[in-house]
Amino acid sequence: MAKATNNRPLSPHLQIYKLIPTMASSITHRITGGALYFGTLLVAWWLIAIATGEGAYDLVSAIYGSFIGRLILFGFTWALVQHLLGGLRHLMWDLGYGFEKHFATKLAKATFIAAPVITILLWIIGYSVR
Amino acid sequence: MDMRTPLGKVRGLGSAKDGTEHFWLQRLTAVSNLVLVSFFVCFIIAHSNSSYAEVRAALGNPIVAVMMGLVMVSVFTHMRLGMQIIIEDYVHHEGVKVVLLMLNTFFSFLMGALCLFAVLKTGFVG
Repeated sequence: MAKATNNRPLSPHLQIYKLIPTMASSITHRITGGALYFGTLLVAWWLIAIATGEGAYDLVSAIYGSFIGRLILFGFTWALVQHLLGGLRHLMWDLGYGFEKHFATKLAKATFIAAPVITILLWIIGYSVR
Repeated sequence: MDMRTPLGKVRGLGSAKDGTEHFWLQRLTAVSNLVLVSFFVCFIIAHSNSSYAEVRAALGNPIVAVMMGLVMVSVFTHMRLGMQIIIEDYVHHEGVKVVLLMLNTFFSFLMGALCLFAVLKTGFVG
């Protein structure tokens, strides 16, 4: 039974198409979502360390505060903002707005500019309130 | 010709048997995440340089503790639904798909339980 479906022609896959902004933002939305999924391990580790005691908290703080730790958290922040902006677009589409081709393309480009800008702003705020 | 039974029409659940529940819960938690994750990010920024005692005291505040708990419920619900879609889209082998869907639920509930317990423990001890 399974054999009968094996040799059916397949529709063209991603690599056939030209990478356009809306397609790139769709893929990015998925990848950032998947990354954030595993990024929750960092949140869990931090919360459990707080619940465990000062020693555990200091260890996590040292690791997250290291250069590599900060780099990962910076990437985490970007993924979060990028996914949030992508999600806002999806909510807009769910309400029935924003399907016009050129507008959708502009908005996709805008998220790729806005997400890094907002991420950097958040980190500037983070450092300035110390 | 209408092939659907009257009962099927009344239930309105379609072939997946759960209707729009997945779609709706994904959107509901997307909206709640906007508020809750913003709160979480603000908390992290405010306490990025805090001592252990300061962070503990902050999480001991009832409103902060409850918000943190809601962050976890909303985030882990949303991410479980999202990963489910990714698995269903890309994993075509039925056995592997079912195993991954199970692992997805296990991972999400484990992370959610760990985070919730940590928030509650810190909140109750103060």
